[in-house]
Amino acid sequence: MMDRRAFAAGLLLAALGAYGQELVVGLSATVSSMDPHFHNLSPNNSLADHVYGQLVRNDERQRMQPGLAESWKAVDDLTWEFRLRKGVKWHDGTEFGAEDVVATLKRIPNVPNSPASFVTYSRPIKEAVAADRYTLRLKTERPHPLLPNDLTSIRIIQARVAASAKTEDFNSGKAAIGTGPYKLAEYVAGDRIVLVRNDAYWGPKPAWQKVRFRIIPNAAARVAALLAGDVQMIEGVPTADIPKLSKDARVTLASAVSNRVIYLHMDSGREKNSPFVTDRDGRPMEANPLRDPRVRKAISKAIDREAIASRIMEGQAQPAGQLLPDQFFGTSKKLKPEKHDPEGAKKLLAEAGYPNGFGLTLHAPNNRYINDEKIAQAVAQYLTRIGIATKVDTMPANVFFSRGTKLEFSFLLAGWGAETGETSSPLRSLLATFNRDLGMGAANRGRFSDAGLDAVLQTALTTIDDTKRGLLLAAASEKAIGELMGIVPVHYEISTWATRKGLSYRARADQYTYAFEVKPAK
Amino acid sequence: MSEVTPLRRFASEFCGSRAALAGLALLSVIVAAALAAPWLAPQNPYDLAKLDLMDSRLPPGGKYLLGTDGQGRDMLSAILYGLRVSLSVGVASGLIALALGAVTGVLAAYAGGRVEQFVMRVVDIQLGFPAILVALVLIALLGKGVDKIIVALVCVQWAYYARTARAAAIAERHKEYIEAARGLGLGAARILFRHLLPNAMPPLIVVGTVQVAHAIALEATLSFLGLGLPTTEPSLGLLIANGYEYLLSGKYWISFYPGIALLATILAINLVGDQLRDQLNPRLAR
Amino acid sequence: MTVYVLRRLLQTLVVLLVTSMLVFGGLYLVGDPVEMLVNPAADQAERARAAAALGLDRPVLEQYGVFLSGAFSGSLGNSFVFGRPALEVIFERMPATLELALLAMLIAVAAGLPLGLVAGLYPGKPYSRIIMAGSILGFSLPTFWVGLLLIMVFAVQLGWLPSTGRGPTREVLGLSLSVFSLEGLRYAILPALNLALFKLSLIVRLTRAQVREQILLDYIKFARAKGLPRSRVVGVHLLRNILIPLVTVTGLELGSVIAFAIVTESIFAWPGMGKLVIDSIFQLDRPVVVAYLLVVVFMFILINLVVDILYSALDPRVRLQEAK
Repeated sequence: MMDRRAFAAGLLLAALGAYGQELVVGLSATVSSMDPHFHNLSPNNSLADHVYGQLVRNDERQRMQPGLAESWKAVDDLTWEFRLRKGVKWHDGTEFGAEDVVATLKRIPNVPNSPASFVTYSRPIKEAVAADRYTLRLKTERPHPLLPNDLTSIRIIQARVAASAKTEDFNSGKAAIGTGPYKLAEYVAGDRIVLVRNDAYWGPKPAWQKVRFRIIPNAAARVAALLAGDVQMIEGVPTADIPKLSKDARVTLASAVSNRVIYLHMDSGREKNSPFVTDRDGRPMEANPLRDPRVRKAISKAIDREAIASRIMEGQAQPAGQLLPDQFFGTSKKLKPEKHDPEGAKKLLAEAGYPNGFGLTLHAPNNRYINDEKIAQAVAQYLTRIGIATKVDTMPANVFFSRGTKLEFSFLLAGWGAETGETSSPLRSLLATFNRDLGMGAANRGRFSDAGLDAVLQTALTTIDDTKRGLLLAAASEKAIGELMGIVPVHYEISTWATRKGLSYRARADQYTYAFEVKPAK
Repeated sequence: MSEVTPLRRFASEFCGSRAALAGLALLSVIVAAALAAPWLAPQNPYDLAKLDLMDSRLPPGGKYLLGTDGQGRDMLSAILYGLRVSLSVGVASGLIALALGAVTGVLAAYAGGRVEQFVMRVVDIQLGFPAILVALVLIALLGKGVDKIIVALVCVQWAYYARTARAAAIAERHKEYIEAARGLGLGAARILFRHLLPNAMPPLIVVGTVQVAHAIALEATLSFLGLGLPTTEPSLGLLIANGYEYLLSGKYWISFYPGIALLATILAINLVGDQLRDQLNPRLAR
Repeated sequence: MTVYVLRRLLQTLVVLLVTSMLVFGGLYLVGDPVEMLVNPAADQAERARAAAALGLDRPVLEQYGVFLSGAFSGSLGNSFVFGRPALEVIFERMPATLELALLAMLIAVAAGLPLGLVAGLYPGKPYSRIIMAGSILGFSLPTFWVGLLLIMVFAVQLGWLPSTGRGPTREVLGLSLSVFSLEGLRYAILPALNLALFKLSLIVRLTRAQVREQILLDYIKFARAKGLPRSRVVGVHLLRNILIPLVTVTGLELGSVIAFAIVTESIFAWPGMGKLVIDSIFQLDRPVVVAYLLVVVFMFILINLVVDILYSALDPRVRLQEAK
């Protein structure tokens, strides 16, 4: 594995200012496969982007940029045309073309044993045609404005590989042939991944000849590894260490607000006997106050978002007033984070018929989001003060999500990362009426439902024109959050990377760690 | 000597050891502090309405003698309340596991044959099961709580006692005096409890004093993994686990003071335990 | 003897069956693996597809039936997360855990036995008290806490040893091991020490207790009265008699070291079975957890068998046939 002497030499070079050829990165989670179509999870996708390319890529703020496609347009409501980049070479030296994309799209639904497939992105595509080597036409069943967004999640592989390769062939490296800036040299599940630079890459040349990713799941150990100089970059810097690291001369931090909102979901589905709603003395209560938008609004007003962001999150969060930070597509200019207003909250509770409050249990995961357990406790502290006596019950994510999906909770804290980088993602999953056939409301664990919202959302989801769609989505957000408080947004997570001094990273909203974006400072 | 009651003799023997006396004194103070926590503590750390987020992570001194944790909880109060939780978890799980393990282990050794085989295979299964899995299943089924943690810890620990008790009892069971007792027609229960069990006690108490301490540490580890006690009612272990993430950033007090309290408790238990072991040991008394 | 071993192996089969049932049922009760595996943004159709692809859409008893029929033909199923045979995933990580556990036990015995002897032979001396007080630290401090402390001191502050990870491996007897090179050892020292600390304390205390007890017995008095040199009394007579309980504990603890490696491996990013199983438990990767436990319980049984056989070798009073 690591040759210590070479490594020490690398450090020496680094000290001399001529940065070494190797970059060692500490990752927070296991990369379960090198097959880019096997397991649709952030750690896998982030790593796959080093080896493979997509037609459309996201920049650090999740705005779409040309990737293997130089340009694209909707020819009509159901047809999209992509002009592909010429002269792109696969790692084996052969040339990339439209038939590779067609073959990739064909493989995606047919990966055996895939625990989380990419079918969601390829399903809307009814037909993929290579009009010529550099022109690709995609036809959809219904108007599908998110097609380019969806394509940012589809990593293209060679047609030859797509036809026959199995997942293990990617892991062994045999089939791991991409067009990306790095080639796979070694993959050891749960331990390390080694990449070497692809000098024939079509884009900007990465600074590092060799990149070694090490999996260090424990956050404190990851920071220690950085401080000890064993790795030169880490992701997921724990909030507790940020004040000290920001003063440490050996370290540079890079942070950016992410696409993930932390929110509270309330049981607005059950008319009565919500499982964890009680009166003030803890006796079960028949009425479900959480159905009343005024009560939900009161909950929102009770929380001091600024205090949570500064005290619990040590500044690594931005108070939230809607589903995504303002700069993302489809957000509303009108929605601002609710001000801390305990008096107003009490008034709303009284108006809703609960002047003495009631009792509630807030369920939250304790190993899923940054400081999830602590945020839940803080929320309970604030709610208890306005008269909603709140207990906190936290549990590992594996228990939490199973129970949440079975609707066993009345009030829960969770998070939502909008992978598409626009608001239709949280709107359709969290706030749209649960509907198995339409694929709506799949994560709507509070069973919020509003026919008006569903209608606006459906229109938005089939409106190809970006400006119009943006306005429709903003209107949907205003209705779902501003008016009805279907969920209570708490904050947007800020994600932070730390590098050794002398390196810089452009922090990303999608929380991906790209070694090819790590630059020696000039 | 015959006019002195055994209990008094036991007490005077115990007082002969200064270390054990000091341990007993320390333990008494700790237990008293734990019991009197509601009256001693400046704050009720379980009452969420009393915690002020703006007071979080304050260093020791000033309004809060030992500082505050990430939630604005007074560390002194949290430690006093945490002591009760940790003590009850450690002692209850330790004693139950000891009783369960000792009886099954000695019984296995005495009965032999199928009974012994059965018990020892159950022990095998149990030893292989990581505490974290047991705790996770209990959390999923029953939720979090002191009683659930005790169940999880007993599940994990009894097998150690059983294994140790059996080993000690096997070495005894064919000694002349046991054969003699059998020959005299003494009942099985009498042989078990009067002869085999006492002889198995010394190694069991060694394992026991260690395991009580270990139970408390194990509870801390489970809390660290998110499988411990409810986060709003912290034990010492949970406080240490919560402070863990602040270790690198110099906010030492969040895990340091609970750690000191934990160490003092375990030290006291061990000083007393060591003396008890020596006194209870039939072989040393001979 | 052969009959005895055969009988034990038969029992082993039953034990493994029961274990598999317990884990299978336990994990089923914890939650739905699909929730942990699919992308959070997955819609209902994708969730249903994942459940069907992994066989999770069938009734749990049927799932167990499928597992059993697979098990009898030598396959414990594919990992949900890795899409590879669960046993293969585990065996790949096993050498890392075994070498760590053995190194930890070696440290524990090599340091614990002499320290315990000293503390037992000279109970009143100050250094004996220090040893005993130190042993209390050893088992009362939580592993994760000590682990980070070790990293902080030896890797971050002093820079003597690498903070995390496993060193370069080489093939030894068909296993890729890292502890046979100096470089690999440097990586292994801190995690092994972290893992050894609890066992070390236990061995110190157990040895001391045994020494204190045995030293009063007639055979020692007799040996001394005979004028045998002290070193011989301690080295041969005493040591021989305290070895029995120590062998039990050491054997037992070797098993528990493997189980406990979960925390140490997570902190030190040591790519062994422990880290794998904790990830698998949290992701509800049932095939891996079931296979892991079957492997570990099997190891426990083997260790116990060896311990029982060693008993009879060390203590002629114990006869294996008795255990029939």
